[in-house]
Amino acid sequence: MSDLNEQATDDKAAARDATHWAKTVSRLNVSQVPAGAAGINVAGKRLAGPIQGFGKMWQKTYQVSLRRDQVTATDLIATWKQRFPDFWPEGNRFYAPLTGIEPGEVALIGMTLPGRMKLSTGVMVLYADDESFTLMTPQGHMFAGWITFSATERADQTVAQAQVLMRASDPIFELGLTLGGHRQEDKFWQHTLRSLAAHVGQPDAEVATAVVCVDKRRQWSRWTNVWQSSAIRSTIYMLAAPLRGVRGMSRRGRPVG
Amino acid sequence: MTEATATFDVRQLGPASVVDIRGDVTSGSEDVLMTAYADAGDARAIVLNFSELSYMNSGGIGLLVTLLVRANRQSKQLMAFGLSDHYRQIFELTRLDEAVGIHDNEQSALRAAGVS
Repeated sequence: MSDLNEQATDDKAAARDATHWAKTVSRLNVSQVPAGAAGINVAGKRLAGPIQGFGKMWQKTYQVSLRRDQVTATDLIATWKQRFPDFWPEGNRFYAPLTGIEPGEVALIGMTLPGRMKLSTGVMVLYADDESFTLMTPQGHMFAGWITFSATERADQTVAQAQVLMRASDPIFELGLTLGGHRQEDKFWQHTLRSLAAHVGQPDAEVATAVVCVDKRRQWSRWTNVWQSSAIRSTIYMLAAPLRGVRGMSRRGRPVG
Repeated sequence: MTEATATFDVRQLGPASVVDIRGDVTSGSEDVLMTAYADAGDARAIVLNFSELSYMNSGGIGLLVTLLVRANRQSKQLMAFGLSDHYRQIFELTRLDEAVGIHDNEQSALRAAGVS
């Protein structure tokens, strides 16, 4: 009987594993590019975790405490998954996968960086369960790492949290983060949590921020990541837009057959 | 999500310390994992035994990354064995396998760690 119980427990754990984690992929696949998005820095890219990044390693934790009688942890995560893009600051777009935030799904992102610079990138949903989900970045993203969004119930509170574990991908992004990028990222996630809190009826909830430098060393052997930089590639893509337009027109003008 | 439901027992084997992991590894396991790391003392290699792992979520993987950074900072090797096929794939997916030596069994890991 105990063998049967053990088997049942193992089966349950295996099922939990299979449903919560993304399947292994060697390179990302973008099946559909929504209008307004560009899949240039995502399709065909490998995922990149904090180990593959260049800069110092940071763990940034943003938390907001909400009244538990107004929202439970699972309800909060369900809402967060469903309306993820709605909580982002203006000027940034998260093109959620059609099937929603599910393990293995790829989402495209359009961001506005300081100086109105447009950047196209994306993320893959690495992990998702009822109380958390994790997004992992592809090569060339501003940072190499992942962000885990979670909710926990403590006494009479439900605590929503976004936790980033990251290194800047390359020397250029590292410089950008040092020159105000970190502050901007803090503002980004603080805004997101405030919007989430407002959505569940608690607009005055305060966001707590904790930043820890996990590793002060830069991984100089990874400086070549710069060749994958989404900033450089997005800029080239935008500059080449008129050329693509002319080429498209000349193709359309060519006689068929 | 944040409750610790894993245990980490440390065995000293010459220049290596084997950490036997049991239960669910999540972000709530941070304190117990770091205590185990401290218990490993001056070992040149930390060998993580995942044979009795029930479950690990993304928070648990994040903990392994911070453990790896600590180990690297102190010039210690980090190795693993006893991973199921599923968790081997997770190590590949998160590219942890590029920094953590993965072995089929304890003997192989200890040999790599220089335990004769």
